[in-house]
Amino acid sequence: MKIRQIANLLDTQVLCGEGLLDDEVCSACGSDMMSDVLAYVKDQAVLVTGLVNPQVVRTAMMMDMRCIVFVRSKRPTPEMIALADENHIVVLVSGYRMYEACGRLYANGLGNEAKA
Amino acid sequence: MAETLRFHYDVDGDNFTSAGAASVEVKRKLRQLGFPAETIRRVSIAMYEGEINMVVHARGGAADVYVEPNCITIILADQGPGIPDIDLAMQEGYSTAPDNIRALGFGAGMGLPNMKRYTDDMKIETELGKGTTVTMKVFV
Repeated sequence: MKIRQIANLLDTQVLCGEGLLDDEVCSACGSDMMSDVLAYVKDQAVLVTGLVNPQVVRTAMMMDMRCIVFVRSKRPTPEMIALADENHIVVLVSGYRMYEACGRLYANGLGNEAKA
Repeated sequence: MAETLRFHYDVDGDNFTSAGAASVEVKRKLRQLGFPAETIRRVSIAMYEGEINMVVHARGGAADVYVEPNCITIILADQGPGIPDIDLAMQEGYSTAPDNIRALGFGAGMGLPNMKRYTDDMKIETELGKGTTVTMKVFV
């Protein structure tokens, strides 16, 4: 799935990384606990979270992730956006809650090849 | 790269916001040196979790990374309270982190297990009231 499709499915605002929206990603992880995110080394390109602090961006960097989606309209700080931008990570903000955001992505084939 | 490269970092214990800065720096250096992506990811995640632990539990400490062509060694040393029961601390889900740290997305009891998971060798030396030294190795 292209990051652009994630942005459309979740009705997001794009806060940085406009130029990377056509990049392909094939898996995601939804969590507010960063240690749980770090527990799965398998390529996970998208982080869906409701947590807002700089460690979210650093976790995504450690995992070589491509995109962070903040749910429940949580707004990252300008410092977080700058850090993500520097590291070529797309930052999206969605009004959906975690459960529905993950459901929408999964139902549309992200991390679920059978339905892709 | 004939000789061992050594990188030293002081991990600031008072600043959760900057926790992980040393791991980011190591990741960048390993990339420049041309190590495989998977190796870099394992080293940086293990070190990142360790750095967070030092900030949360031990008011910071020192991180030393030794880079050889076939092995990367990370030594994290602190003067914190020490770990009373290592077996318990190694259990997934066990955490003594305070609630304010949980609110920041850590303290899920996955730090030490993750460090062990991503490294080929991990040794913990700890003394109550004196501090803890964690030595991790990742083979290339």
